[in-house]
Amino acid sequence: MKKVLSLFTSFTLVFLLVACGNAGDSVTSGNSGNDTFKIGGIGPVTGAAAVYGLAVKNGAQIAIDEINANGGINGYKVEYRFEDDEHDVEKSVNAYNSLKDWGMQMLSGTTTSGPCIAVAEESKRDNMFQLTPSGSAVECTKNSNVFRVCFSDPNQGIGSVDYIDTHNLASKVGIIYDASDVYSSGIYKKFIENSKGKSFEVVAEESFTSDSKTDFTTQLNKMKSEGADLVFLPFYYSEAALVLAQARAMDYHPTFFSCDGMDGILTLDNFDVSLAEGVMLLTPFAADATDPVTTNFVNVYRQRHGEIPNQFAADSYDSIYIIKNAIENASLTPDMSVSDLCNGLKSSMTNITVDGLTGLNMTWDSNGEPNKEPKAVVIRDGKYVLAN
Amino acid sequence: MNRLYNKKFIDKSITFLMIIFLYVIITLFDKNVSSLLRGLLVQFCVYSIMAVSLNLVVGISGELSLGHVGFMCIGAFVSAGFTTYMRSVLNVESIFIFIISIFLGAFVTAVFGFIVGIPVLRLKGDYLAIVTLAFGEIIKNILNAIYLGFDSKGVHVSLKNELQLGLESDGYTLIKGPLGITSIPHYSNFLIGVILLLIVIFIIYNIIDQRTGRAIMALRDNRIAGESIGLNVTKYKLIAFTISSAFAGVAGVLYAHNYNNLAATGAKFGYNMSIMVLVFVVLGGMGNIRGSIISAVILTLLPEALRSLQDYRMLMYAVVLIAVMIFTNAPAAINFRKNLKFGKGKLKDER
Repeated sequence: MKKVLSLFTSFTLVFLLVACGNAGDSVTSGNSGNDTFKIGGIGPVTGAAAVYGLAVKNGAQIAIDEINANGGINGYKVEYRFEDDEHDVEKSVNAYNSLKDWGMQMLSGTTTSGPCIAVAEESKRDNMFQLTPSGSAVECTKNSNVFRVCFSDPNQGIGSVDYIDTHNLASKVGIIYDASDVYSSGIYKKFIENSKGKSFEVVAEESFTSDSKTDFTTQLNKMKSEGADLVFLPFYYSEAALVLAQARAMDYHPTFFSCDGMDGILTLDNFDVSLAEGVMLLTPFAADATDPVTTNFVNVYRQRHGEIPNQFAADSYDSIYIIKNAIENASLTPDMSVSDLCNGLKSSMTNITVDGLTGLNMTWDSNGEPNKEPKAVVIRDGKYVLAN
Repeated sequence: MNRLYNKKFIDKSITFLMIIFLYVIITLFDKNVSSLLRGLLVQFCVYSIMAVSLNLVVGISGELSLGHVGFMCIGAFVSAGFTTYMRSVLNVESIFIFIISIFLGAFVTAVFGFIVGIPVLRLKGDYLAIVTLAFGEIIKNILNAIYLGFDSKGVHVSLKNELQLGLESDGYTLIKGPLGITSIPHYSNFLIGVILLLIVIFIIYNIIDQRTGRAIMALRDNRIAGESIGLNVTKYKLIAFTISSAFAGVAGVLYAHNYNNLAATGAKFGYNMSIMVLVFVVLGGMGNIRGSIISAVILTLLPEALRSLQDYRMLMYAVVLIAVMIFTNAPAAINFRKNLKFGKGKLKDER
């Protein structure tokens, strides 16, 4: 009897699987020949990196709603669907496959670097156009079908060096970085490589890992004893908030300089914004900019989600408009195959110039890298203000 | 005696037939299989191998190991490092490289399993759980910190950053710290996964039914009685543990070659994942090979199948998990299931 039961279980399992397959297939076939563009999004909306995925999802949704309200792309409506990947390579590929079953024609993702590299390989095999809003590792855009909206990690490192150098912000620089994070160590590497022969000197390099990211007093003490008057923090704001608090507790007040990962610190729960006073960050997006596009986006985002959008949301918002521009440039239609759409988009990406939230006159080269100016932002009275 | 063998034979055959049947069905209906499911097939094999191999330690040998993905991680990095090196530096890409890498991954993890096992398996109690837990975390952290590169002068290793490797211009960085290994050749597919799974099950069934397996189980059930008839406790526990780690290494090899990049992230190679594999084993039944496979497949499929629930996905997953646990293990549920089975089956299963 036990055997019969287990046999029954195994057969149920088999049919469950096959049933799953059939269900997925009927969705795919139902989509062919319709008249909407289907854009997919992937990112973590659960787990430790959920902030970024949610921002990307919300930012893109705002752009989609605007586009649909204004008559769509080339007269065709746009559908958007976002899948969770928990910031995990395996789940991200699953999310990608799941979106394919839904009938995705191009991908505006993925949010984080590691999963992005894996998904880029899958999209290459399918020849599906992929535009990552925030996958900043160099390897993300290795394949010719992948482009990105944000700066790559090396570019942020170089940009930071140049900015500190040309504005004479410091003579002695200390760096704290997250050695277990791709983004952070990528920026760090380029920063060190490029800081030779500049107007400042790197006096201390200290690292931490994701398992030891609560106490930074050792690193800060090193900075203090070496007399660093500027501390470079190329990592995400949740850890940076602790660094700022601990620096104040030990009465150490250098200039803190950071990259786009710092963006969002002001919306962190229970964060004393006075701690961030004077922090500088290099980011393509400033939520306090007064141009109509930014103010409109910030207002809509705040109405819908009750917080000020960060750079991830802005990148994602831009990515949808970039896809729109590219589709219009190549006059593509939704009834084309995924592969034809990809080829069309690939060639038009290098021709278009887009004005977005994260930069004016953004252009792309065939490597998938964007050309745009970084903006330096200072936090004053709990707000992002453009520096100089 | 003959009847007992027959019974065991049928029992084993069901497991093999189940897997082969699943494979045939999916291959036959290939056109109807959704992309999501197609992407999951190799994962099913990976986690089934993990569950089966952990079952050898937890179910058959009766020791608790909480760092099983540590071995998977080693297998993944060793083999992926090997195949990526072969492809990127020597430009060799063939299925034979993959087969060599499977053996390489299994061998290296077996050595690690042996080294970890020697001091620990001499002790009684929960020491293995503690040591394997630490082992898994150490492996993850080391692989997150290590940079490894090659150039004309040989191998360079650094624990600090890529610059310290000091590679020549013809150098190639294989392991890039937290970014892990990228551009891994894609060798894994469902057929290879199924073959590996069948081989693993075949070996484990053979071990269980032979002298070694009986000795291992005897020591699990009563250590003193086992020792009194001259069984070497450490030896048999070490055999089980080493074989189990080698299989976890094989799962790692399969996993690594299914994706383009491999990083020792906390989500994939942290202790949470080890616990997850333990859940596969507990849910499928201690010492029950077929049960491990079924529960590994269901629990891998479940969060993906629930994607339509959007934000409530993980919540529902937890609820389903609890429901299944109650159904399989709560006394009331066991009674209920017994009542479903009628006639003599009820008495015979009471052993």
